[in-house]
Amino acid sequence: MEYVAGIDIGSTQAKGIVMDEHGEIVGKAILDMETNMGTAAQRVFERVLANANLSPSDIAFTVATGYGRYRVTFGDLQVTEISCHARGALAEFPQTRTVLDIGGQDTKAIRIGDSGEVTDFAMNDKCAAGTGRFLGAASFALEMPLSDLGPLALKSTRPVKITTTCTVFAETEVIGHLAKGHLPEDVLMGMHHSIATRCASLVRRVGMAPEVTFSGGVSRNVAMVALLEEVLGAPLNVSSQSQFMGAIGAALYALDNLQAGRRSQHVEEGVR
Amino acid sequence: MILSVGIDIGSTYTKAVMMDDTKQVCATAICRSGYKPASAAAAVFEDLVANAGVTKEEVTYIATTGYGRYMVPFRHTQITELTCHALAIAYHFPSVRTILDIGGQDIKAIRIDEHGRVRAFRLNDKCAAGTGAFLEKTARYLGLTTDDIGPYALRSTKPVEVSSVCAVFAESEVINHLSTGIPPEDIMQGAITALAGRAVQLMKRVGLEADYALAGGMTQNQAMIEAIVAKLGSPLNLPPHGLGQLNGAFGAALLGMRRAEKLLAEGQSIPAPGGEHAHESSANSPRRWSMYMPASIIYEDSTKSLVKGTPLKVIPSRQG
Repeated sequence: MEYVAGIDIGSTQAKGIVMDEHGEIVGKAILDMETNMGTAAQRVFERVLANANLSPSDIAFTVATGYGRYRVTFGDLQVTEISCHARGALAEFPQTRTVLDIGGQDTKAIRIGDSGEVTDFAMNDKCAAGTGRFLGAASFALEMPLSDLGPLALKSTRPVKITTTCTVFAETEVIGHLAKGHLPEDVLMGMHHSIATRCASLVRRVGMAPEVTFSGGVSRNVAMVALLEEVLGAPLNVSSQSQFMGAIGAALYALDNLQAGRRSQHVEEGVR
Repeated sequence: MILSVGIDIGSTYTKAVMMDDTKQVCATAICRSGYKPASAAAAVFEDLVANAGVTKEEVTYIATTGYGRYMVPFRHTQITELTCHALAIAYHFPSVRTILDIGGQDIKAIRIDEHGRVRAFRLNDKCAAGTGAFLEKTARYLGLTTDDIGPYALRSTKPVEVSSVCAVFAESEVINHLSTGIPPEDIMQGAITALAGRAVQLMKRVGLEADYALAGGMTQNQAMIEAIVAKLGSPLNLPPHGLGQLNGAFGAALLGMRRAEKLLAEGQSIPAPGGEHAHESSANSPRRWSMYMPASIIYEDSTKSLVKGTPLKVIPSRQG
């Protein structure tokens, strides 16, 4: 049996997927990013191999993606995260025509054509507003882990309108609202609203078509899913492994290469 | 004796200046704005009268400016910070036509005429990348305090490029630079150069007419001044006697003085603070402008020239 790996080096977390030659996922791993992207890639690779009970020489082909993809020294091929996210979303939800991916430092809207090709995309990687970082600011200001934000926001009955665009100023605004006596859930819901509105306009820019798949770390946030469905007026596909969409897509590209008869240089030279 | 007080409630600091009728500054005070601008203004006013050695009752007129100007119940009037900066700079430097003010949460470029009247302005209060917050954030990521920024940057020998795209994303950039062994001073200087570039860009949008002046807290940051001068290719006028950070408050005090003198000259009494003017718009929240708003200014006040020796001219409001 031969195996392939997909490594997604994001701004906030490194994700790894190992698949067998039939496309079955046999191992996955996720780690918080560290300063050195190369080291983070190495560590997530070791972790995913350990989870799959494999050694590096079992991996016939590795595709790296994400913003740190060129720092994955053991990668055989680099594929953009746009292609990988589209591929990953299609694998899980074949009817996907629009992908929204909200990551730690960027937000992407991807439009997929009927034959599965990427026809358009829009991306915000210049400004932290409308990315996961905006929730990071909320988590910092409210001194609360990211995973608690969604459930708490859903308790809101009177959301506060967040008027600032900039994440830096929003932090100040949140503290100001709390000081004025607004409830944390109401302030939080306001922050979620702000992100949802921004992301929805990104989706509209690529021309939304059903089905819509929501991926990236922020898709684990229940309030965000509910709000986006409301703003976009469409149900969203959310995978239980939505954080791994990019890595799954990368592994599928690796599988293509394997099936085309290509093997990792590392394996052929026996350096692993 | 007439004593006029100007209080500038900014996003980060609240500044106050007291002047007498010879336009001499009698006292100044500064404190952090915090989350309750009203109490910051009250505290700074207490400090100011204490510093001046007078009682609150001896103060003739109180004018407020800055983003928290409506939140001060004991004011006589409020004036936009654009007008205040323009008046103050025109008072010190009649030849200045373009003013740059870098604040904690916004940045303004103001073009003025020879009478100190605002002719055009551009403002960014939407994105931290072009404001003092960008430097504050970069300093925080480097483990430095705000006061360290200037002295640290001046030690830089090989400034590194810092993109001024987003103050939040600057964090990963700073961490990446540090991990490759770049010294903090070179990163700090890189951030300063990036901010100076943005500031000069904004000044170009109001016409970039010489001479130039810098107002606001950045006047204390030697590295920032040098970076702006380098980008401009032209010298910057700085308000004298350490009045740079107090420039808005000084302008408010000047205009307050003019108001008080006019009322007294007409034989009218000065109303109690928090009176007619303050009441009119006390329900209004502070106005926030977009960077892309056309350069028409809605005056909240009968804006008059305060340049020494120039006759008073009422400028018609250019709204609508």
